[in-house]
Amino acid sequence: MYPSDYRYTKEHEWIKVEGSLGTVGITDYAQHELGDVVFVELPKVGAKFAAGKAFGTVESVKAVSEIYSPASGEVTEVNASLANEPEKINKDPHGAAWMIKIKLSNAQELAVLMDAAAYEAYIAEKQKEASA
Amino acid sequence: MTDRIRKAGRHTSQSEGLIFEKSVPDKRGMELPPLDVPAVDARQALGAAYLRDTLEGFPEVSEVEVMRHYTRLSTWNYAIDLGMYPLGSCTMKYNPRVNEYVARLDGIATEHPYQPVELSQGCLRILDTLQNCLVEVTGMDACTLQPASGAHGELTGLLLIRAYLENQGNPRKKVLIPDSAHGTNPATAAIAGYAVENIRSDANGQIDVARLREIVNEDVAGLMVTNPSTVGVFEQHIAEIAQILHAKGALLYMDGANMNALAGIARPGDFGVDVMHLNLHKTYSTPHGGGGPGAGPVVVKKLLEPFLPVPVIAHQSDGRLTLDFNRPKTLGRMRAFYGNFGVLVRALAYALAYGPGIRQASEDAVLNANYIRKHLEDLFDLPYKFPSMHEVVFSDARQKKNGVSTTDIAKRLIDYGFHPYTTAFPLIVHGALMIEPTESESREECDLFIHAMRSIAEEAATNPELVKTAPHTTRVGRLDEVGAARKPILRWTPKATTEAAD
Amino acid sequence: MRYLPKSPSERREMLAALGLRSSEDLFTSIPAACRLKGPLHLPGPLSEMEIIDYFRARAEENSRGYTCFLGAGVYNHLRSVVTDTLIQRGEFLTSYTPYQAEISQGTLQAIFEFQTLMCQLTGQEVANASMWDGSTALAEAVLMAERLTGRHRVAVASSVHPEYRQVLATYAHNLGLRLDELAFAASGQLDAEALRASVSAETAAVVVQSPNFFGVLEQLPQLAEIAHAKEALLVVAITEGVSLGVVRPPAEADIVAMEGQSFGLPPSYGGPFVGVIATREKFVRQMPGRLAGQTSDHDGRRGFCLTLATREQHIRREKATSNICTNQALCALVASIHLCLLGKEGLRELAEQNLAKARFAATELEKIPGVRRAFSGPTFNEFVIELPRSVKMVNDALLREKIIGPLPLGSFYPELTKRGLLCVTETLPRSEIERLAATLRRILSTPV
Repeated sequence: MYPSDYRYTKEHEWIKVEGSLGTVGITDYAQHELGDVVFVELPKVGAKFAAGKAFGTVESVKAVSEIYSPASGEVTEVNASLANEPEKINKDPHGAAWMIKIKLSNAQELAVLMDAAAYEAYIAEKQKEASA
Repeated sequence: MTDRIRKAGRHTSQSEGLIFEKSVPDKRGMELPPLDVPAVDARQALGAAYLRDTLEGFPEVSEVEVMRHYTRLSTWNYAIDLGMYPLGSCTMKYNPRVNEYVARLDGIATEHPYQPVELSQGCLRILDTLQNCLVEVTGMDACTLQPASGAHGELTGLLLIRAYLENQGNPRKKVLIPDSAHGTNPATAAIAGYAVENIRSDANGQIDVARLREIVNEDVAGLMVTNPSTVGVFEQHIAEIAQILHAKGALLYMDGANMNALAGIARPGDFGVDVMHLNLHKTYSTPHGGGGPGAGPVVVKKLLEPFLPVPVIAHQSDGRLTLDFNRPKTLGRMRAFYGNFGVLVRALAYALAYGPGIRQASEDAVLNANYIRKHLEDLFDLPYKFPSMHEVVFSDARQKKNGVSTTDIAKRLIDYGFHPYTTAFPLIVHGALMIEPTESESREECDLFIHAMRSIAEEAATNPELVKTAPHTTRVGRLDEVGAARKPILRWTPKATTEAAD
Repeated sequence: MRYLPKSPSERREMLAALGLRSSEDLFTSIPAACRLKGPLHLPGPLSEMEIIDYFRARAEENSRGYTCFLGAGVYNHLRSVVTDTLIQRGEFLTSYTPYQAEISQGTLQAIFEFQTLMCQLTGQEVANASMWDGSTALAEAVLMAERLTGRHRVAVASSVHPEYRQVLATYAHNLGLRLDELAFAASGQLDAEALRASVSAETAAVVVQSPNFFGVLEQLPQLAEIAHAKEALLVVAITEGVSLGVVRPPAEADIVAMEGQSFGLPPSYGGPFVGVIATREKFVRQMPGRLAGQTSDHDGRRGFCLTLATREQHIRREKATSNICTNQALCALVASIHLCLLGKEGLRELAEQNLAKARFAATELEKIPGVRRAFSGPTFNEFVIELPRSVKMVNDALLREKIIGPLPLGSFYPELTKRGLLCVTETLPRSEIERLAATLRRILSTPV
């Protein structure tokens, strides 16, 4: 389910790092909690974000969530297709529905993020809390 | 559907398209008396640059078609005139028709806000009398009738606090809001220029007083509290809460959305509230009209009176009333003119109908809510066991085990001939069913509602699909809200709408 | 009590079912110290007839029998019995906000039609379900412009309704918005050069009203050009909607804030009215207020629901576009029904009648020695006259003849003493206009 070469945040974003470039999206768990996504607001190319800062929002019919940057850096590319097809986020959150690419300014920050196994354990715990 | 359904029978409604789709050139539904002065050529009078050329797509229909169009649309709505409307926190009570009648009187509806005050004594007397009634019921000192709705009243109240604190040298930074609050509270605080700090409710759904004591400091402008709270219980420590705030120079704002549980029973002014708004479309029965107009008067203690929006009603020495605009400390103005006067007229008519007997309305509202609670608490989860006031909040925890949510139960209520209760609010109750019958319901209607809810609880256990796919008896089924939000169609255009209505 | 459907014995039985002896027992959760000790001191109770008598007596203390030449944001227009009959249907009058779409299709479709009518009138792409009134709609339009531009200065024409400006100032004060007021020229229009000098890269919006408070139409295309050159938004307020029957719509505006009272709502001493915000489609997510959208159910049947609700307070809380919740739905319904009755030709004819009546009045008044029009710009149904003596003195004399005369402008604009604002709509017969002219002539020919 959760690609092993991605890193994950507690706020349910993922980041895939290739060289000094990171690709960011939200996890399958996040899209599931949110329900049918109807709108996504993303930054412009060139915008800079510190790790943990909100870079956009994703909306369902009755909820809004902020999306936080897993790492610091500058936006180099934005997935413009999500504007017209937000449903991609529900269908392929870890692939076609990537949101932004950032040029990482501090690769060491990634160390604090979870790997796939840790993230799966983390959401399993969440689900247990919710059903309790 | 089934013989279990007692209140509702079959209902045939007429199909009807959009008014624009009925339009045929050269029809009209209203004729004007002939012009009795020389006609003017608009092109010449205004100049071509200012002249409108077309009014594309504007409807052209006859009077009878307008009458039928809107009458048909009306039959697709539920209404308080048809039966119980148990929307928690919304207070859907009976709207007396004499109130409509008096608001339309010649000499009431016809008055211009800028006509001289000597020709407006009747209007001013109405406003002054209503102010006095609201001040007495709430135990406060002064009133403004300017705000157009509850949220507008909230903003007025917070700006009063702000003006008062500014006058003391520091407007402060934040407003405290319980997590059980209505969404307008934080939205209002933001517009008033304050940061919002949420306070968690304790296990009884009450404000955590110990926590409050910790966080109130010189940065806090005030606390917005809804009392009775949105879970329908009275804040036990409200007087102590007021003391904690006052000790640090902060003020206590009360959201009066639930004042209909307290009128004649307890007065916010007597338990430490400094400023509050009232929703006249709730407590004072002015009709909701499908979403307004409402009115959100604000009542204050003496210390806030100098900051009220202009103008205020003043008494002259000869006993006549006037409008006072010369108020150096005023916060300014919340809207043009003096408020939703026509709504205020209706509210006064309601207040006069009850007089001090308003207490009986509060008693009946609380009696109905507790009667419903008593007859449903064996079937629905009750997260907060504290005694209920005017509304009761269950959760869908037990039905959820069969995959049936509060929304499903609400939609199924429609088949039983009722409007749904409030779903998914307050936020502190997961899967909330928030039920407020109001005093307007007879025992018979309450019993029908109880029967419907019990029957649905049984269906949720034995035939959950029936509940999950409800409603089954309406003109349209559950609508595609996702599609509506992804590709919004917010107006008719000749090409956007091709399919005819059912 | 006639509004309460329970007999004393039913109350006793229901209390007994709860295991309670008296209604006092319902309130044991309220601490004794918080309880009201004695009865309330309130007027009433009154029967239905007494209530009617009370309000009839109040009506007699008002302006019945007077002829009124006031406008200034509140207009007397013809209203149809059809409209008032329809809005008193319980299904419209006594229903709630249409959150439950399946049993609110009537209200939802009516809102969708209202949004369409407002777009057609204003030349804009989207309009919301209503705001509280024109003045708060204008304040919210300016906050919207601030969000869209990220800028914090606003250029406001001083010819915008003074009370609208006061509301805007009250809203702006706490949010760090700076308002710059701009002068009017001899035409009564905004001084375009003053605007050009004032608009900068910090300007979020240029705010004008058309027809403005003096009844004069603004040159919107030119003002839009000046605003847009600095990437500021043009916000246009409209208080007299009937003007749109004949006046070019503000299509170049980025946001329109309109008061819809003229569409079938009585003056009602200043409210309830209906505000509207209309704008470009690309700005819709920053628009405050409710929106109805078209959609379909699982069988493909057309239906309507509230949509884009994530902008609103009940979801986004302190980050919402506005705190508005209850709006003016029934007043919006009045406007819709009224406009459908008038129709395309009726609205044009109505607007032309207003134009003709106001022209006739202006011409008659200008024949009086010492009376002249104060501004040269084009007007619709309101205009400012300059008098040889104080408006207050003239009005006192007019009142003796049961005429409510022009609104004195001196209290709003110190430089405009001896000027008064007159409004002449289709409701005033020629004979009353002539009586105003004759009475004014007589008053002014009498030495002070």
